[in-house]
Amino acid sequence: MITIKKVFGGVDVPGKKELSKDCPIEFAGIPGEVVLFLSQHTGAPSNPIVKPKDKVLRGQMIAEPQGTVSAALHAPTSGVIKAIEPRFHPVQARMADAIILQPDGEHVSDESVKPLASDLEDLTPEAIRTIARQMGLVGLGGAAFPTAVKLAPPENKPIDTYLLNGAECEPYLTADQRLMTEEAEKVIFGFRAFMKASGASRGIVCIEDNKPDSIEAMKRAIQPYSEIELAVLTSRYPRGGEKQLIQAVLGREVPPPPGLPLDVGVIVSNVGTAYAMAESILEGLPLIERIVTVTGEGVAKPSNFKALIGTPLSFLIDKAGGFNGTPRKVIMGGPMMGAALRDTNVPIVKGTSGILVFNVDQVVEEPILPCIRCGKCVDVCPMRIQPLWIAAYSERGLMEQAENARAMDCCECGACAFACPAKRPLVQWIKLAKAEITAMRRA
Amino acid sequence: MDDKLLITPAPHISSVKTVRGIMLDVVISLLPATLAGIIIFGIRSLQLVLASVIAAVAAEAIYQKVAKKPVTVNDMSAVVTGLLLALTLPPDAPIWIPIIGSAFAIIVAKQIFGGLGTNFVNPALAGRAFIVAAWPLHMTQDWLNPMTHDAITGATPLAVFNNTGTTSLGVKDLLLGLRAGSLGETCIIALLAGGIYLIARDVIDWRIPVGYLGTLALGTWIFGSPNGFFQGDWLSGILLGGAVLGSIFMATDYVTSPVTPTGRFYMGVGAGIITLLIRVWGGYPEGVTYAILFMNLVTPLIDKYVVPKYYGYMHDIQARKAAAGGGTK
Ligand code: SF4
Ligand code: SF4
Repeated sequence: MITIKKVFGGVDVPGKKELSKDCPIEFAGIPGEVVLFLSQHTGAPSNPIVKPKDKVLRGQMIAEPQGTVSAALHAPTSGVIKAIEPRFHPVQARMADAIILQPDGEHVSDESVKPLASDLEDLTPEAIRTIARQMGLVGLGGAAFPTAVKLAPPENKPIDTYLLNGAECEPYLTADQRLMTEEAEKVIFGFRAFMKASGASRGIVCIEDNKPDSIEAMKRAIQPYSEIELAVLTSRYPRGGEKQLIQAVLGREVPPPPGLPLDVGVIVSNVGTAYAMAESILEGLPLIERIVTVTGEGVAKPSNFKALIGTPLSFLIDKAGGFNGTPRKVIMGGPMMGAALRDTNVPIVKGTSGILVFNVDQVVEEPILPCIRCGKCVDVCPMRIQPLWIAAYSERGLMEQAENARAMDCCECGACAFACPAKRPLVQWIKLAKAEITAMRRA
Repeated sequence: MDDKLLITPAPHISSVKTVRGIMLDVVISLLPATLAGIIIFGIRSLQLVLASVIAAVAAEAIYQKVAKKPVTVNDMSAVVTGLLLALTLPPDAPIWIPIIGSAFAIIVAKQIFGGLGTNFVNPALAGRAFIVAAWPLHMTQDWLNPMTHDAITGATPLAVFNNTGTTSLGVKDLLLGLRAGSLGETCIIALLAGGIYLIARDVIDWRIPVGYLGTLALGTWIFGSPNGFFQGDWLSGILLGGAVLGSIFMATDYVTSPVTPTGRFYMGVGAGIITLLIRVWGGYPEGVTYAILFMNLVTPLIDKYVVPKYYGYMHDIQARKAAAGGGTK
């Protein structure tokens, strides 16, 4: 049993997991149109290798990675390429190139979709990394960093511990919880592949204590493997942030940006990514589907779906029984870090863990008041920076001062703005400062 | 339907805490002490409290109307200021005293500096300091006897204590507030109840009152007796006068105290030291007002130098050490 170290800051958020935590994962079905952005991962956009009118099969590669930090893209179902054209990207909030696929409804798999191995003994670390790259794997926890790159740490920075992140500290979301409960063995298989590829000798599965069903299932799944341990964390947001997890479980702190977990010998991956790794090896299935929680007081039947990447939100909301009342806000991701969307006619991307619909009652429309210097934002910031000053500098255009106040350290968790009694949009100001500072540094 | 969707930045949920809710909590926490003041010193106290609160709210509304700013009396902060000011007054003060004091507190100390959040001294204490300077006799002589409500001439128990290091009052009387003093400062039990409420509701940081009263107690024990060091009556030292009221309700004012926990502790300790200096060596019987006002002015400095150690700072220290080590080779 791992003793959890004290972590500074954080906030108690209303979990709201009960809306969907007991809903088994269902296949959402094949939508009328699938929209696949060339950029849905960190790094260079992928490069299309199909053209309009081409017929494609499920699992067939349709865009290849460009450069090391990039990811391949595959057709989630069989059909015809309709176009390659700009569409509104829900995460980047701008128009971006996408491959538009018209499904034929047959869902016929490409011949490449077949088991690659059933035993990790048969795979070298190199082979695992190649599979991760071939299959377009990216981190499914949100940042969508290409997995193959993560699994190849530089020689001079050996990895001793691999953390499997099943904390799922964002309220409402239950995709990871369901996956761990239903597919524990596959998740652990994928996790072991990660450990082997990275050379980590110790693995720790990290879960918040509000998911007893997942804890039970994962405990059983790791039984045969003495190198894997379980860490049960008390629920508090943002426990599942990469840096906070490393701090809580290992007592290590990652160096400030551009420092990475591998600087302290650690890699963290999300349970969804581990599952995708297992599917890649065991079924030969690229990353073409993922688990998405469709929830919130504004949907009729909160659900956990296995959905094709590129499925429109409107399709998934319909599958979840449609709206429950008049929607006021639709959010892609969780309520703490997700992005509000203008309409539901946009697709999910590889990093989409949830779709959240709020009615008027759930939407905070408090007036923004001047800062009363209560220090609550300072008390809760897990990066131990002082949001009130950084936001104030940013608001007045003082970007150098914002940088000196360590704006770049902010992980955008939103704990400060959540806690602020004056309801100040602190994260928005800090994000602006980060963007300006990055631009300044480039210049 | 879709075009009515709201776009706002994350996070999309928020804690239930609001500025108004916090101010309301402060008002609630002050009710026991206010009630105690009315019981101990009579109906006169109620008149002072009402005059003070109404004047504070009216001053804020009128100023904001005239200055063509949004009227923010709804945030309840003016109510808190008016109430706090009233609690620091001698119970027999004339009714115009709190009216002028509240108006000064709100207009000069708060609104001219931009309103809630940008004022740099505690408005209630600034209002009090102003009336002490302008009408010193009312503020130092208008005392009443507890329960009998007749006027007292002569020194307050705190003044006697400062000179002699002793008091004729028992601890029980001190805790219940059965002594002459400002109308809201005497009933320690009521003040502590309010303080515990505020700490439990996570409104104030315990470090300020604990740092303040702890320092004052320690200092009174060491220096507070004319017979020599380490013989002072530390308990009476914190229970007499306005230290309990000031440390729980005034020094903890968000706007004018530091934003970090460590900084807040320093604020408390600093105010304790200054109170002690004024009481033991100064010519003025009570030091709480000026101690807190002084620490209000020091707060920006504390906030500048007391900064939390950011996540991962140890790596930067190591890197700096390594760089320094490399330089000497
Ligand atoms: S929580 Fe809000 S009001 Fe309080 S100090 Fe931070 S920014 Fe100011
Ligand atoms: S400043 Fe950044 S890291 Fe700190 S609480 Fe706010 S969003 Fe989170």
